[in-house]
Amino acid sequence: MAKMTYIKAITSGLDQVLNDDPKTLIFGEDVGKNGGVFRTTVDLQDKYGEDRVFDTPLAESGIIGLAIGLSLTGWRPIPEIQFMGFTFEAMDGIVGQLARDHYRFGGTKNFPVTIRTPFGGGTHTAEMHADNLENYFVSTPGLRVVTPANPYDAKGMVISAVESDDPVLFLENLKLYRSMKDEVPDDKYTVPLDSAKVVREGKDLTIVAYSAEVNESLKAADALAKDNIDAEVIDLRSLSPIDTDTIFASIDKTHKVVVVQEAQKMAGVGATVASDIAEEKIMSLDAPIGRVAAPDSVYPFAQAENDWIPNADDIEAKARDIVNY
Amino acid sequence: MANGSKQIVDFAKIKATMADPYKHPIQVIDREGKVVDPDTLAKYSDDQLVDFMKKMVWERTLHEQTMNFSRQGRLGFYAPTAGEEASEMGSVTAFKEQDFLAPAYRDLPQMIQHGTTVAKGFLWSKGHVEGNIHENKNMLFPQIIIGAQYVETAGVALGIKKNEDKDRVAFVYTGDGGTSQGDWYEGVNFASAFQAPAVFFVQNNGWAISVPRYKQTAAETLAQKAVAMGVPSVQVDGMDIVAVHEVSKAAREFAAAGNGPVVIETLTYRYGAHSSAGDDPSRYRTKEEEKPWFDADPLIRMRKVLTDKKLWSQDQEDKLVEQYKDDFKEAMKDAEAAPAQKVSDFLKWTYNVPTPSVKKQIAEFEAKESK
Repeated sequence: MAKMTYIKAITSGLDQVLNDDPKTLIFGEDVGKNGGVFRTTVDLQDKYGEDRVFDTPLAESGIIGLAIGLSLTGWRPIPEIQFMGFTFEAMDGIVGQLARDHYRFGGTKNFPVTIRTPFGGGTHTAEMHADNLENYFVSTPGLRVVTPANPYDAKGMVISAVESDDPVLFLENLKLYRSMKDEVPDDKYTVPLDSAKVVREGKDLTIVAYSAEVNESLKAADALAKDNIDAEVIDLRSLSPIDTDTIFASIDKTHKVVVVQEAQKMAGVGATVASDIAEEKIMSLDAPIGRVAAPDSVYPFAQAENDWIPNADDIEAKARDIVNY
Repeated sequence: MANGSKQIVDFAKIKATMADPYKHPIQVIDREGKVVDPDTLAKYSDDQLVDFMKKMVWERTLHEQTMNFSRQGRLGFYAPTAGEEASEMGSVTAFKEQDFLAPAYRDLPQMIQHGTTVAKGFLWSKGHVEGNIHENKNMLFPQIIIGAQYVETAGVALGIKKNEDKDRVAFVYTGDGGTSQGDWYEGVNFASAFQAPAVFFVQNNGWAISVPRYKQTAAETLAQKAVAMGVPSVQVDGMDIVAVHEVSKAAREFAAAGNGPVVIETLTYRYGAHSSAGDDPSRYRTKEEEKPWFDADPLIRMRKVLTDKKLWSQDQEDKLVEQYKDDFKEAMKDAEAAPAQKVSDFLKWTYNVPTPSVKKQIAEFEAKESK
């Protein structure tokens, strides 16, 4: 057991799957000698060789096409798309092809591809590097979309993603890469791909969040606790599918809920969670469903990022509204 | 040139000559049926030449029969293939069973030659999952998104290389319009960067639905596009089955030997509509344009070569056509007997491990379907 950053935990998970399965391949832009622009794949080429960990030409559609073709010849590809904003270049590959291929083959062929890509605001990147684009992908049948919010889950989930025979979009949060450390086992372990987790227990209110907003929600819960408001915080972890059982069990206890996301409010993950709650649990609620999300503008210019991204204060304020409704 | 002074670079000259190495299509039998490359023709036995002709008659009959089926409402989306018999049969027959085929929607004839059944081809057109499943045959389903099959082929070829499979390549088709797609360049470039064993075909049939070849690009040939990716390429007379086969065989050998990919542009023509779904070529092209292509027909010239050699008769051909028609009618019966598809199966195939909400929907649909 060692204290590990989120990014080191992912590297450790990738090391594990490369070691366990000789058919796994890591490839993408700069992932080889350079170890990735964030060093997520650092040293892996030295350890496993250029046949297993390799750089590709700079073209995202080509990278996903490569992953599909490699799956058809028995490999287990782990492509990296350098930033989530670049997935638009591979939209047909991911949504039009990869996600549909198991279905197209009537379930007779597997496409066990794990696409790793960093996303999330707050680090003052260039444009198209930080956008929360998960909403485009969670409406894609056949594709699993997951995102860990802490180092322990990051390692366990990246291993599960690679071992899954379904295509998985594995979202890594840029701000979390080096801002938090956890105890992470050195040995292999897995964290399920389709379950949410109660990360703080409480009885007065449920806060549902994912990725960097989980930490913001925990900060908000600490602030609320000073006024004896006992908030339960759920980390979704999986954005597709959504683990509604965990959310519903919490609502049956608290009868109040706030749904938090860093992405714009329009459509998307928070809207789906709110709609699932409305469909199944409206009679269990004694206040409206609260939502905290970014405003519906294009992702902000870097200087104004912190005015735009929802933070702990926003979550705390919305939680107070709902508790005092 | 200003003041007659010599410029450091003569772009006009570069532009005027850059296509030179590419615009000499390889030919063995010319449009009159005259053998222009007897040495190459001499490599082929009488049986092989007769077999080429049979395959083209088979494809032409398939075309005619599928047009009948379409008129009867017994097929769905279908892309007519008349005119492209030499290009399609000449190329696919150069590959081996272990080679991996990534077809587009006009490539059902090659899929059938590469080992799947006519009935499965019809099922694909009719919109049935069985038309996508080719058991142990090495092929994808026909790709609809033009270009996607090119990037996937680079992946298959890299997989073949990494598996160290000997004597095995990936091969793929698109049309003239397909060479305008970004994925076309990405696919050829990835295969080249990895020196992976792939053969990329461009069946230049003159038309991308209603847009003529010359509007796709100012490049004089499509073959020359490959040079930018460091890939050798060639134009071949796509109405000459012997030339297409010979070039395809050479490309396969080159790629299988570990020399990297090849691009082949076949010069052919789409006699009919883009698809059976209401396209009308008289809206965008003239009879004057069509006639020289109809005269260059691949069956006419092969028929002449074989008749001169006393290897072929009209009577023999008529009998074959009848036999093929019967085969296609039987295949249609098989296709029409395929079991009805179930939404619960679609849900089961969406994920390997169904998600909780998909599980619920499977149960809902199974309940409906059992009524």
